[in-house]
Amino acid sequence: MAGWPNPTQVMGKPTTRLDGVAKVTGAAKYAYDAQPEGWLYGMILYAKWAAAKVTKIDISKAQALPGVKAVILTGGEQRTVRYYGQELAAVAATTKQACLDALRAIEVEAQPLPCVVKEEDAMKPGSPPVSDGPNASNVSQPDVKEDGQVDQAIAGAAAVAELHLSTGTQLHHSLETHGSTVSVQSNGQVTAWSSTQGVFSVRDGIAGAAGVPQSNVEVICDYMGGGFGSKFGAGVPGGLATHLSKITGLPVKMMFTRLEEGLNAGNRPSSRQRIKLAADAKGKLVAADVENFGSPGISGGGQTAGGGGGAGIAIPYLYGFPAHRSQQSSIALNTGGSCAFRAPGHPPASFSTESVMDELALKLNMDPVDFRLLNDGFNVRQREYQVGRDKFGWAAKYKKPGSSPGPVKSGVGVAGGGWGGGGGGTKAEAQINSDGTVEVRCGTQDLGTGARTVVAIVAAEAFGLRPDQIKVRIGDTNLPPSGGSGGSSTTPSISPAIWDTCQNALAALQQQTGVADARGANWLDACKKLGVNPVTAQGQWREGFSSGGAGGVNFVEVKVDTETGYIRVTKVVAVHDCGLIVNPLTTTSQVNGGILMGMSYALYEDRVMDRLTGLLLTTNFDTYKLTNIADCPDIEVILIDMPERGVIGIGEPSTIPIAGAIANAVANAIGVRVTSLPITPAKVLAALGKVPNTPSA
Amino acid sequence: MSAKSSPSASSVDRRTFLKRVGTSAVVVATVQVNAVADEISKAAGPGPQGPGAVPVTLTINGEKKDFSLEPRVTLLDALRNYGPLTGTKEVCDRGTCGACSVLIDGKLVYSCMKLAIDAQGHEITTIEGLAKYGQLTPVQQAFIDCDALMCGFCTPGFVMATTALLSENPKPTTDQVKRACSGNLCRCGTYPHILKAALKASGQDVPETLTVIT
Repeated sequence: MAGWPNPTQVMGKPTTRLDGVAKVTGAAKYAYDAQPEGWLYGMILYAKWAAAKVTKIDISKAQALPGVKAVILTGGEQRTVRYYGQELAAVAATTKQACLDALRAIEVEAQPLPCVVKEEDAMKPGSPPVSDGPNASNVSQPDVKEDGQVDQAIAGAAAVAELHLSTGTQLHHSLETHGSTVSVQSNGQVTAWSSTQGVFSVRDGIAGAAGVPQSNVEVICDYMGGGFGSKFGAGVPGGLATHLSKITGLPVKMMFTRLEEGLNAGNRPSSRQRIKLAADAKGKLVAADVENFGSPGISGGGQTAGGGGGAGIAIPYLYGFPAHRSQQSSIALNTGGSCAFRAPGHPPASFSTESVMDELALKLNMDPVDFRLLNDGFNVRQREYQVGRDKFGWAAKYKKPGSSPGPVKSGVGVAGGGWGGGGGGTKAEAQINSDGTVEVRCGTQDLGTGARTVVAIVAAEAFGLRPDQIKVRIGDTNLPPSGGSGGSSTTPSISPAIWDTCQNALAALQQQTGVADARGANWLDACKKLGVNPVTAQGQWREGFSSGGAGGVNFVEVKVDTETGYIRVTKVVAVHDCGLIVNPLTTTSQVNGGILMGMSYALYEDRVMDRLTGLLLTTNFDTYKLTNIADCPDIEVILIDMPERGVIGIGEPSTIPIAGAIANAVANAIGVRVTSLPITPAKVLAALGKVPNTPSA
Repeated sequence: MSAKSSPSASSVDRRTFLKRVGTSAVVVATVQVNAVADEISKAAGPGPQGPGAVPVTLTINGEKKDFSLEPRVTLLDALRNYGPLTGTKEVCDRGTCGACSVLIDGKLVYSCMKLAIDAQGHEITTIEGLAKYGQLTPVQQAFIDCDALMCGFCTPGFVMATTALLSENPKPTTDQVKRACSGNLCRCGTYPHILKAALKASGQDVPETLTVIT
């Protein structure tokens, strides 16, 4: 884009993180680590039933225990519990051990009610109603969208493929759990250290909980241990920490336990899909008839910044279908609510659509890459398919499904994705001192994406300095506001704002000192001419420096043991674009992360609830499996640099195509298709007909 | 009994302790219940301690520190909330993720699976104790150079695991790094760069896996 220098000097060069030293030495302070003077430990008593009528909660014994400073109810004593993990009471005490004792001493009387936690159970007539009210149904009326003559187009098509597919519920499981350390002082001033993707949205929530003006609240997030879409608000722990701090007059730290993180912190909802696609004799797509049942959970679908949120998914996906019909419904379950999760609605849509695309290519006797090139209307992705095909060696590797010899079969697969994104709504300020030091301030936050380093890179570009010469202050509501970090919007939001700010600061410096060009080699001399008062300048996001619309395609090679069902992903070639690449080093990390999280979704992760009791069975990482370093495939990242498009985010597009690519590679290896994520060894064996008396996946 | 006069004779961690009790419970079920108490006292060291706070002395990063802790306090809790050394991270609190890894007498240990009283008399090294006089170790420097960290919450654990590996095996292969670090979890997806960092820290060539095309 016209706005950025061409060529750039600092942007686009690999830059190590500004906060690397703090993170490898343990010096980085997260919300979990905040320990203001006199701080108390806070913990939550949560419901042990998926559905119940609570009749009595007695906190008197807990209040009398040594070390316990406060015990509060989170609602009325008599109330309805609708999911396992719903908060009932909270305690603050001097130690974790005292909190645990207090939780055990709270007596709850409740009458358990019938519950339903499995999608198939909830869809049956007569399943226990999740909501109250007359004629409460567990399945909502479909939201129907239709364009063109779908049935006619399908009837006249040369080839039609249809699959019923499902995806499991994925838990965010950021390694730092949700929570805040909140200090409500007697003068009404509040300081909160929060693990959040949006310091300003947390500020508003905590001000509300404390009953003080927003201007009284400072929220600090120097470092945070992952969010992936689930950490925009103050949430349950932030609100309870505020209440407990107000009562005790002491700071209270309330962080979810790992179990609570799996119950009450959001999730990517499951899907039950039917995808039918049709093409003409030349292979051009003519119609899509698609259907989905999603599971938002109790009060689900909130916190949707940056994406669709809710339980709906992005179908029909990716391709321009001349005629299409989609029907989407929600299934009510007695489970914790869903929320935005890295590219909401896209990974399940890419998985299902790209699975059916491969089935359709087989029917048309077309190569899967050729078939996509024929139908994909996005020129960036067209190029990515071509680049990836060559790098991967697709032509030599792609064989007919199931043709790999021996019990351990090789297979290859490909899939694509796309994400809107874009930037906006950010302000910043810069201060230049007479000794040449620079401080750049912006109320954004670094989720681990490298946002802090992006600020330094853009400022260094503007001033002709090195990034490590820039002092960056972010993650504080006392700084100029920026939006929440979601929807892959952070880098395209902050980069233009920092550039504008630094251009204004540079102009002011040059004007005050009379130096025509103060950048680079002239910097120190120019700054020395400043008097006592430093130069300060503000700026904001402007058009012409960022855009949205990223593609992304993944090529995958797998080995599948047809005797055990075990899948090993051996090779991934990931071709992605994010416009002008600000920092290729951290961008590569983002793509690696997207691949590994998506691979986890495809092969391992699944929230399993007990059908009868409605309790969570995958309570910790021994049963809720994440991709391990031992599973890590050889990942080759290819970034297409397109400075003319401005800055685009990469966090979400990088996680979309991999599940579909893996599913297609597994189908290519074993010759039959597993249509359900995660693709576990059990499902592979069932698809191969090797599990007696089990319906195939 | 004061911790100072008896620097823990026991080096039993929580997992071994539970295993011993579990195994013996089967044996004694038909014999006598007293044997269980004997087994517990053997595992727990000299004499019953607690449930109230007892004096505990820990040697952390070369410094002796006195604490007053309930015997049920884990080493992780002691380090983070009494230390206070918050570089060691609490993530799962169940010995499944490795974020709380520390070195005890040079050996990699999950600090959430060990009681603080059982760590007495041993040299404990945390992430804060690696860099001496502000000089990063080769492992720490390689993690920065290879961008083997993102949000940073798993990083202390991976740095400890890699440090422990290189002290036993100065030139590991990629597969050996995978095996050594498989007790740690990362949610951001830093694994490919951790593998590079471990090789780089051990002076080995690191293959480039990034291509930027225009």
